[in-house]
Amino acid sequence: MASRLRLFLPLFLFTVLALFLFRGLSLDPKELPSALIDRPLPEFSLPDLASGDTRTRVNMTGEVGLLNVWATWCISCRVEHPYLVSLAESGVPVFGLNYKDEDAAALQWLQDLGDPYRFSVADREGTFGLDLGVYGAPETYLIDAAGIIRYRHVGVVDERVWQETLQPLYASLVGEQSP
Amino acid sequence: MSMSRWFLLAGLMALATGAQAVIETYEFSQPGLEERYQELSAELRCPKCQNQNIADSNAPIARDLRRLLHQQLEEGASDEEILDYMVARYGEFVRYRPRFSGTNLVLWFAPVLLLAAGALLLALTLRSRASSAASGGDHLSAEEEARLQAMLEERERDS
Repeated sequence: MASRLRLFLPLFLFTVLALFLFRGLSLDPKELPSALIDRPLPEFSLPDLASGDTRTRVNMTGEVGLLNVWATWCISCRVEHPYLVSLAESGVPVFGLNYKDEDAAALQWLQDLGDPYRFSVADREGTFGLDLGVYGAPETYLIDAAGIIRYRHVGVVDERVWQETLQPLYASLVGEQSP
Repeated sequence: MSMSRWFLLAGLMALATGAQAVIETYEFSQPGLEERYQELSAELRCPKCQNQNIADSNAPIARDLRRLLHQQLEEGASDEEILDYMVARYGEFVRYRPRFSGTNLVLWFAPVLLLAAGALLLALTLRSRASSAASGGDHLSAEEEARLQAMLEERERDS
């Protein structure tokens, strides 16, 4: 009897392997969790894109908000831009990190397409981006009122991403803030 | 083709391979640094183009990381400090040889365990084969001999 059962061993192994491989099909290897999740937003001191005033970490924290990494050379940023504008209009604080870009081009972009950002900092050398672990644009970080990074989304933020992922987290963080 | 043309052709070919290999070059102030630069840039993985190390990749982020690596080496940082700095920002993912830790225990031990399991299976199979051969695998007992005889006689009768 035992040897009969042993005949099914290859089938069993195949099934286990198939399950793992099948799971692998629906995983996106490009989706890396940020190393800074549940860690404070790194310190920075960068010029405001519009006014040139120095902005630091303090200016970005205090309430739950989004930090969006964008650049005019980034095509997907143009795709998500209208949605960020509508998010900002609905009252979500959005901060911009203009990543390795030219100031003039960036200002022109905001003038043409609308400016959803409370303010954008100009990270011309990408140093703040490096501290954040940015590896491409667009990226969007969800930062809580205490200045802790709670989530990172790599890629375009659209209606679906906001509704399914970011909004629930955002709502619960806002809820924590004012019980 | 004249001799000088051959030389020209050889010269052009030599130039072509050089053009492929270069990304950018850094000057190092001390002798050992360049070796460490090569080693570390081969071990650090490009976060954007996931199957390349930063030495091979042309992605902007890889270029930034190489510049950072050069800068840190010149500032006298140890290998450990540089790797810690990178891991703090890009996660364990950025290393091709991840640190030994609880979360990747399976990765470190799975090959050894699978090899051991395979060896065990092989040993058991070989032993059971050997023992069945030793217990007179293809010899028939008296009872079996009698049954075989009966079967053969039956067949003869039928034909």
